[in-house]
This record gives sequence, structure tokens and C-alpha cells, in this order.
Amino acid sequence: MTTPAMPTESPDELLRALIDGRLPDTRGRFGPFGGRYVPETLVPALDRLQAGIEAHLHEPGFQACLGAELRDWAGRPTALTPAPALGRAWGGEVWLKREDLAHTGAHKINNALGQAMLARLIGARRIVAETGAGQHGVASAAACARVGLPCVVYMGSVDIERQAPNVDRMKRLGAEVVPVTSGDKTLRAAIDEALRDWVSDPVNTYYLLGSAVGPHPYPYLVREFQSVIGREARSQILERTGVLPDAIVACVGGGSNSIGLFHEFLADQEVEIIGIEAGGKGTGLGDNSATLSSGRPGVLHGSYSMLLHDRDGQVQETHSISAGLDYPGVGPEHSLLASIGRVSYRTASDDEALEALDECAALEGILPALETAHAFAGARHWTRDNPGGRVLIGLSGRGDKDMPTLSRHPPRGTGT
Amino acid sequence: MNGGDRIEAAIRAARREGRTALVAYITAGYPEKEAFRKDLARVASAADVVEVGVPFTDPMADGLTIQRASHAAIQAGVTLRWILREIESMDPPITAPVVLMSYLNPLLALGYDELAGRSEAAGVAGFIVPDLPLDESAGLDEALADRGLALVQLVSPVTSEERLAAAGKASRGFLYAVTVTGITGGDADRGGDIAGYLQRVVAHSKVPVCAGFGVRTREQVTNIGAHVPGVVVGSALVETLERGEDPVAFLNSLSGRTA
Ligand SMILES: Cc1ncc(COP(=O)(O)O)c(C=O)c1O
Repeated sequence: MTTPAMPTESPDELLRALIDGRLPDTRGRFGPFGGRYVPETLVPALDRLQAGIEAHLHEPGFQACLGAELRDWAGRPTALTPAPALGRAWGGEVWLKREDLAHTGAHKINNALGQAMLARLIGARRIVAETGAGQHGVASAAACARVGLPCVVYMGSVDIERQAPNVDRMKRLGAEVVPVTSGDKTLRAAIDEALRDWVSDPVNTYYLLGSAVGPHPYPYLVREFQSVIGREARSQILERTGVLPDAIVACVGGGSNSIGLFHEFLADQEVEIIGIEAGGKGTGLGDNSATLSSGRPGVLHGSYSMLLHDRDGQVQETHSISAGLDYPGVGPEHSLLASIGRVSYRTASDDEALEALDECAALEGILPALETAHAFAGARHWTRDNPGGRVLIGLSGRGDKDMPTLSRHPPRGTGT
Repeated sequence: MNGGDRIEAAIRAARREGRTALVAYITAGYPEKEAFRKDLARVASAADVVEVGVPFTDPMADGLTIQRASHAAIQAGVTLRWILREIESMDPPITAPVVLMSYLNPLLALGYDELAGRSEAAGVAGFIVPDLPLDESAGLDEALADRGLALVQLVSPVTSEERLAAAGKASRGFLYAVTVTGITGGDADRGGDIAGYLQRVVAHSKVPVCAGFGVRTREQVTNIGAHVPGVVVGSALVETLERGEDPVAFLNSLSGRTA
């Protein structure tokens, strides 16, 4: 064995295992991907989290409290909105799962609230979190205020500038925002720094990771909290149309909103599932963040997954106009879904995302986040190839936070 | 002698001379890429075991000093392949055993079999991989053991008795007792019952225990040396090299050895 074991199961068997809840396995693996590649100092903290998950996560009392908070505080269920004008423009039928309407304006709240409640139960005294777009930082700050825990958010200095509105929101919500000037000064460096903080106090500090990445059990835990998106969307579309959509599309950064939408549809073989990564400025090294489209397996931030790195194993700088997709790694469950072919991963460029954002704003009166706009660009592409098809888009968040970037890119019309 | 035995022998030899063994860490090719072999030879002359750091873009267990060193080394073009070639071409070869300290991804990128083959050829004695806990280490351990190379395990003040025992059994060369709950470059004295912790580690280990993270002074070496046979010095040595000062004089001042 030279690298982590390649699975002996067939793609169908792996998909079955995923659907039946047998993955991640006891070693935290989704097939070959996942695991726990962390300093020994963090192992007891991960063990404690794992024990906390086993004791509380699916226990009816916890689920009832979480359900009530999601409803009363976070505003769930979120709407499923028909988008007839986009449908006419693209030549298909378009539905939007409105995570932008959830409290704090993005899907991130589903996970932040769930983890903050769990952290309380397992005795955490203090929360650290990282953030890229600032949405997870805002969600963590809000959730920590709600459950009564102090919160420190690490954020790259590049992102502090391009997502300025969210920085002030975090501070107003009582969080301490620590600028990260090491490394690439974006999401990846913020995770490095949050991990260093956690290593320094693993007993009292709880790391509230914001995407479906990191060491086991985070990819699993985040997926469990985000699956509410897919559960609601699936029953809403059935209720509204009587059938499942032909395709579902979501943007993929670390992969939390997408896995939350996708997971519930994995068993529906007739539903095509499409993840859209950031194609950035082009296919050159460092010009994009398209991990699944152009990466190779490697280890970053505690898990073995697809990764953008060079032949020496040095992690590549990435680029995306959207801070939340500007990350060289991706969650291990996505790496498995890509390798077994259940989900296809494509890209949308900076320009396509901007155009899609303007189109959605003009035609539907909804300003999506720049991250989310990548999913719109991908869905538009899919509809052109599948005229008359019904597509459901994960509208992961609202675009208010992107005003500093958008003000440098004036609208160019409806894009049709 | 295989790599693990060479490391153990070097630590025990220091003990026989009545000294605490010094395990000295430098980041490869920092502060000057061209001076790497010269720096390595100088450090090796005053240390019992040398740890050569393979730079990585995301050193999550490291503080500012080693972050800075790693970043600069990568910028200067230092790679694992280059490091192994440089060590292989040391003339005269260094006698102190060399252990490579690397995060996992550069090792994965080279491939475990090629890594083990090239490392054996270069005369490397073993590896320390800070983001590879015992539970994930079987694959690398096997590939290294095939070539007589040691995989050093790490434990920390929050490690349970059960895991201490497992690490103490699995580790080769020495067992690395991290002295702080935290990253490199901090302060080894920062609270806690160091003596009790180190005694627990020693009780569980089949190989000599070396303790480190944040060791900077002769006094710390003496205090830690009262409980374990070896001490690891990292950030403080890197900072000495950064300032252009003599690493031999610094290491001798720590060990009390006269040049
Ligand atoms: C609105 C929105 N969508 C998507 C993402 C991407 O993250 P993920 O892939 O984890 O959903 C972010 C991340 O910050 C975000 O804020």
C-alpha cells in the first residue's frame, strides 16, 4: 500500500453504502477519501466530538430543540420559489431553493446553529470559526450569541476587504474578528489559523468548521446539519409539481450547501446532480478554484480528498471572484461522488457568474451571492443542453455582502 | 543498523556522556538555500540527532518562526527531492542521524515507495510527520520499515494513557513528547505538570523519549533532561540562523557541551 487504500467496492456498491448511511465508515472514510490527518493534540478533541455526535445528534430531544430553533429563530423551512422569467429566458422550468431567506442570509446558519448547540452540550467554553465570504462567520457569531458562547472568527485579510459588510455584522453580533495575514490571506489561511488556535486549547475550545471539509467527523456532521436543505427541497418540489426535477444544481466551495442539497437526492437515479466549481479567470494553475475538475488527491486540513497542489505536494494559490469558493480543497464526500460518477462537477468562470447574478437580479428580483451565481451559470448551461427540462437550483445565499466587489463590476444588462 | 537503531544509539551515547541528547531542527534551505549543506554540517556537529524540516505551504502545527521559514524556503525552490539530493551529496557525510520532519502531503506527492527508496539512498534515518496520527500511519510506516527507516510517533499532554501506550509501542528511534498543548515556537514552561507528563510518557515508551516545542534555554534543557534522555530544539535554532549567529555556539550553550 503506497497511498490511502483504493476501495475494492464497485461504484454502485459505494453509492449504495452512502445512501444506506454506511459511509463514512468507522475510520471516517468515504471510500478512499476522508480520514483524520491532524496533530495528535487534536485527536482527543475529535474523539470527544465523535462521542458527542453519537450521544446527541440523532437523539429525539436534541432533534426537537434543533427543529424548533431552525423554525423559530432561523426561519425554516425556506421557500421554494418558481423562477418563470429565468425559465423563459433559458427555455426550461426553473425552481429556486431559497437559503438566502434563512436567518443571516445563507445556508451557513443550518450548520452553525447545529454545531453551536452541540458544542454547548459537550461542554465547550469558547468557539473558534474560520470564514471566507463572511457568511459562516456571521452565522457562527449569531448562533454563538443565541446559545451564549464567546466566538472568535479568523478571516483572511483579502476577504476582510472584499466582504467588508459581513465583518461589521460579525462584530455587532459580538464576535471577535481576527485578520489573517499569513499564507494566501484567504479562506485556506483562515482555516490554518483556526486550527492553530484550536491546537492551543483543544479542551475548552470548540472548532465550528463551516464547510463539509476537515478531519472526520466534520464532513459527516456538516452534511447532517445541511441535509435539511435537500429534505425540504425534495418534498416541496414533489408537493408543487408532483414529480422530481430533472436536474439539481449547486455551487461547490468546500461543498456544504451542495452536499446538503444533493444528499437527499442520491437515491433518485433519474435526477441528474451537478456541482459547479469556480472556473475563475481560466484553466491556468492558480487562476481558478476548480478542485474536482482539475485537482489530484492529497491531504489538506485533516482529510484526504481532491486538492489543487503541485507535483511537490505544495498547495496551490487559487482564484475566484467569490471568496466562498476560493479554496484549493473540497469535502471528501464530493471526491467520492465525483469518482463514482454520481455527481458531475463543472465550472463557471468569474464572468459567467457575474452575468448570471445580474440576470437573476433583473429577471427575478433576487440578488444572489457571487458563490451562488456560479450555480445559476451552471443551471443555465444545463437548460440550454436540455431544453424544456426542469432544474432546481440551490440558492445558497444573498448577495448583499458582495457589494464591494459588485461595485467594481457594473451591471451589463440581463445577459440574454 | 537500521534508522531507528541509529537514532536510539545516538541518544543513548549522549546519555552515557552524562548529557541530555539534543535533537536540533532546521528548515531545509533556510535562511539561505545555498548554505543548506554548510548549515546542516554545522548543526550536526553540535547535535546528536538532526531534524530537517521539509517546508509545506500549510504548516498547521507550527508557529510564526517555522511558518516564515517554510514560506521563504518554498519561495527559494526547496523541495523534498532537492533536500534528499543535498543530503545524499554531503561530503563528508554527516554522522548524526538525520530525521526528516514533514507534513504528509509532500510525502504523498512523492509516493511512499519512492520516498522510502530515495531516503534510504540519501542515508536518512527516519521521519516525523506532525499531521499523521498513529491511527492513520500504517501505510507510511510499512513503506518506511521496508527500507529500515523509522517513523517517529508524537504524543502530547492531552494524549490518553491508552494512546500513549500504543504510540510508545509503535514509535521507532525515539518517541516525541510534545511539551505544550499548542504549536511550535511557544513557551515550553507554560504551566502544567511537565514532570508528571514526561514521566508518564517514559513509562509507556519502548524507545528513548525526546521532548520539545518551545525549548529555548539551558535551564529548560536541564529541567526537561531530568526526566527524559533528549530535548528537541526548533524555532529558537531557526531564529539563531536567521540572525546570522553561530548555531554551534547556541547548541553548545543549551547542552553545556564545550566546543
Ligand atoms: C452563499 C454561499 N454559498 C456557497 C458558499 C460555498 O461554501 P460551501 O461549498 O461550503 O457551500 C459560501 C461560502 O462562504 C457562501 O457564503
